[in-house]
Amino acid sequence: MKYVDEYRDGRAAKAIAAELRTLVRPGSHVKLMEVCGGHTHAIYRHGLDALLPGEVELVHGPGCPVCVIPLGRVDDAICLAERPEVTLASFGDMLRVPGGRRRSLLEAKARGADVRVVYSPLDALGLAVAEPEREVVFFGVGFETTAPATALTLLRARREQVRNFSVFCNHVLIGPALRAILDSPETQIDGFVGPGHVSTVIGTRPYDFVCSEYHRPVVVAGFEPTDILQAVAMLLRQLRDGRAEVENEYGRVVRAEGNPAALAALAEVFAVRPDFEWRGLGAIPRSGLRIADAFADWDAERRFEVPGARIEDPKACRCGDVLRGLAKPYECGVFGTACTPEQPLGTCMVSSEGACAAYYAYGRHRRVA
Amino acid sequence: MCLGVPGQILERLDDGLAKVDFTGVRRTVSVAFTPEAEPGDWVLVHVGFALATIDEDEARATLDLLGEAIAAELEPAGNKLLQRGRG
Repeated sequence: MKYVDEYRDGRAAKAIAAELRTLVRPGSHVKLMEVCGGHTHAIYRHGLDALLPGEVELVHGPGCPVCVIPLGRVDDAICLAERPEVTLASFGDMLRVPGGRRRSLLEAKARGADVRVVYSPLDALGLAVAEPEREVVFFGVGFETTAPATALTLLRARREQVRNFSVFCNHVLIGPALRAILDSPETQIDGFVGPGHVSTVIGTRPYDFVCSEYHRPVVVAGFEPTDILQAVAMLLRQLRDGRAEVENEYGRVVRAEGNPAALAALAEVFAVRPDFEWRGLGAIPRSGLRIADAFADWDAERRFEVPGARIEDPKACRCGDVLRGLAKPYECGVFGTACTPEQPLGTCMVSSEGACAAYYAYGRHRRVA
Repeated sequence: MCLGVPGQILERLDDGLAKVDFTGVRRTVSVAFTPEAEPGDWVLVHVGFALATIDEDEARATLDLLGEAIAAELEPAGNKLLQRGRG
């Protein structure tokens, strides 16, 4: 049987779903968080929520890089882009994210700021080489999946002494975000479906503290329907047996030690900030990366003035509650009305990896009984 | 961004780079983090960097999941200009 079929097989999925029902105590309530936005997307695309027993609630985590960027940092990026000498290079996803005054980079571009979309930070470095009269600033966002790319680009910029290039660093770490969720008294999560692709970089060991300190199970999962259902089954078995371990359902891609070369680049180029502001989660200790002192010349925050203001999330938008697992997207008053993928108010609707965008795209406009 | 896009290595270039085919779209990708990857191998690429080698079945399954999102990921406006800029 072909691999794809095996992981897509409706009968296989139904067999796991039947097993899931034997793993929960009737009438109990188990809250599992899928950390990664890719998982959220796969769950609704394949309708996996409908295959879960009623006792199991899936809560969507903060693993969507665009979603967790706070308003203040978007405004900082706009401020950089508005400098006449600066060309701001960004991933396309970030352009539509509204900042503090509901203005986005796209609007800044329309008003004349030099904002360019790049696929890779290496493209941003290429821009700097091609246009030596411009100050090219790369808007670095994302978890440990994109941070190694920024790191290697900075190593190359230093090696080639590209002096008109810098990075506005907003890279974040998944481990401290999980700790913040575990420490929050309002969000009681029983177990975590661990992110698949972030774990290709960091491996499975950074989740050990979830088990040893908080006694909650973690299962790193792939993105196929049976991967996710299997991971839920593994979590439910651990909970039934009173175990809390890190298990790897995605062993065909993820290794326990991660990607050593990528981790080495991260360690060389970045330092951990004392704390970093997350949308909805507030300031989380040791959760963000800054550019290490050895690369200070390529740090946009040291080369240019950035306001660095902390801006409250808009009252109408409940992205923060969605990111903490306190609200479902359809419980937000503006979901699907004032906030749509075409005219997003909040980040969770902007990114295709966001929970609100997934609920909107796959028609989860209200609670399904 | 957080989901890797599978591509197949066509040829290794200098400087830790490789030419990679993403179901028809060809791009230059850094393989510095997957030094073991050779032409013919499939890699999982995040923002222009291969972060893991994967087998072909896994690659096809992931491509299928990503579907139409891939084109948007690989071809943002202005990309061609940048490639020209890099020579």
